Amino acid sequence: MASVLIDSIRKNYGTASVLRGVSLSIADGEFLTLLGPSGCGKSTLLRILAGLEAQDAGSLSIGGRAVEGLRPKLRDVAMVFQSYALYPHMTVASNMALPLRMRRLSVFQRLPLLGHLLPATARIAAEIDVEVTRTAKSLGIGHLLARKPGQLSGGQRQRVAVGRAMVRHPAVFLMDEPLSNLDAKLRVQMRAEIKELHQRLGVTFLYVTHDQAEAMTLSDRVAVMLDGELLQVAPPQDIYADPDDRRVAEFIGSPKINMLEGVVRERGLIDVAGATITIEADAPAGAHLTLGIRPEAFHLADHGGQGVLTGSVRMIEHMGSDLFVHLDLAGIDQPLIARLLAERAPHIAPGQTLHVGVRPDRVLLFARDGRRLHRQAESGRASVTPIREGA
Amino acid sequence: MSATTSTSRLSPPAAILRHAVLLATGALILVPFVWMASLSVKPPGEIFRASFSFWPAQFYGVENYTKAMTEVPLPRYMGNGLVVCVLILGVQILVCAPCAYALAKLHFLGRDLLFGLVLVGLLLPHQVLSLPLFILGYQLGILNTYAALVFPYVVSPFGIFLFRQFFKTIPDDVVHAARLDGLSEIAIVWKIMVPMALPAVVAFSIFSVVSHWNDLFWPLIAVRDQSLMPPPLGIMAFKNEEAGNDYGPLMAASTLVVLPLLIAFLAAQKWFVEGLTGGAVK
Repeated sequence: MASVLIDSIRKNYGTASVLRGVSLSIADGEFLTLLGPSGCGKSTLLRILAGLEAQDAGSLSIGGRAVEGLRPKLRDVAMVFQSYALYPHMTVASNMALPLRMRRLSVFQRLPLLGHLLPATARIAAEIDVEVTRTAKSLGIGHLLARKPGQLSGGQRQRVAVGRAMVRHPAVFLMDEPLSNLDAKLRVQMRAEIKELHQRLGVTFLYVTHDQAEAMTLSDRVAVMLDGELLQVAPPQDIYADPDDRRVAEFIGSPKINMLEGVVRERGLIDVAGATITIEADAPAGAHLTLGIRPEAFHLADHGGQGVLTGSVRMIEHMGSDLFVHLDLAGIDQPLIARLLAERAPHIAPGQTLHVGVRPDRVLLFARDGRRLHRQAESGRASVTPIREGA
Repeated sequence: MSATTSTSRLSPPAAILRHAVLLATGALILVPFVWMASLSVKPPGEIFRASFSFWPAQFYGVENYTKAMTEVPLPRYMGNGLVVCVLILGVQILVCAPCAYALAKLHFLGRDLLFGLVLVGLLLPHQVLSLPLFILGYQLGILNTYAALVFPYVVSPFGIFLFRQFFKTIPDDVVHAARLDGLSEIAIVWKIMVPMALPAVVAFSIFSVVSHWNDLFWPLIAVRDQSLMPPPLGIMAFKNEEAGNDYGPLMAASTLVVLPLLIAFLAAQKWFVEGLTGGAVK
């Protein structure tokens, strides 16, 4: 078990800057997810931490021990790869035993035939067998030990990869999109199993994904990464409800958050899309702001008025208990998406004019540069400072 | 269904033409071998008869094969061939696999230039180098030994190229996983890469063994001692001894020399095709 400290890591490939000074501290036993679109540098960061690639600048420590220049083997981390990276020519048992064999047996003891003649080899090999079998059983793959990876299903391979990582009790688990090669149903099941595994082992997990559902359900904290920078590191609920940056708000949430351009008319009033909303903004009159409104922050209103937006219905998506209503607002290109309770909005038809009210306390305000503006009422909470480095 | 079969199947005339061409080419390659086998069981009188028949009128195989095995030390030649081929193949794999791994999976300055040089090596015919190699062998004092037969072939550009292409198809993640599991780079080559590239290894082994078993040019230069001669050179010596007209035993000897290759190829055919289609010549 160990904490992980990542300090101002930079990495360039040629002229392309992949990591621009990333700093992150992960507590012992924490489950932290690096979330970001593909190509944002999250896998590179993971590989640097594992020692598979070298950083251009910055320092790393695992369990209080600086690991720069240390070979991957000596860093006491285990990694589960997206492609599982099992050795196809070895059985499941050999795949899982290899990390233990490399650590516990000497060079001579590992020799094909001669090794068996050396004194302790048989005893150590038997111990390894016992541990591999125990780990395999705990993952429900005990009956597959004699098979080759090619004979296994995707989910079983995934478990073998986890087993190979688990069997040597690493201080830190690194997982690089381990579920993205599985079908949707299996993904949900394995997600639960990984969560359970973390609770059972209690070791530090660093999990990389581009899937926000995985990040939100698994993590103690989520680190949102974009273009080689960490935008925000916070618990899942804060990432969703209290984003620090417009890009975080836009990346998290499905359907996407509605972004509307607004102008401060006077203190406490903002003009947006032909309506006026009462919000105490920390901005002077005449300032241009962006209002981020989650689809579920809307409710059906009977008529127009303050805090009510009006538009014509373009499309309706039925999701069972909810409806996603796409509204065309005057002077706005993108349709507004409102999530309404199906029973409260029974008679909506395309083309109809609809009034939707906005709860002012659910509106997120962003400055033109994408920075979050906190409302006056919550200025006390604005001390939640993001970890941001570089750029 | 019918649409797919009609597009994948050729029309009858085209199919006949295609098979005719394939059969003709196949026959062209096969006829000398069949002739060789046929001559090896014929008595001297029949070999030079103007009319051609596949089966001998008088079966003379026992005499020819006995003569081939006893008149010259054919088992010795074949033993030499085996020793030389195994040595060459062993050393080649020992050298090629780490080289190919470095060229395929490691990042270092000048890697692409080195690979370019390997390709240049692939283009050079071996005969071009025979004189410098002969002088080198002389300076090392190893001419007329097994070492002389082996040393020019220890580095095979073809082997490096073939292995490198195959290693390239193995995902980087497997190498990363191996490093995390604690394998050294050399261990990665022998425990992970080579076993995973087994089809390529088999294909390369067949190429290597066939070409060195059949090699006449270099052994002719490198050894004079009859006890060191590999099969083709031995057969040539045998032909001279017999004044060049005793074709029955000569063909019997040739048949015996080709036989091990034929058996080896048939046994490894599946891997051979996989090895060539899997990596290099896709």
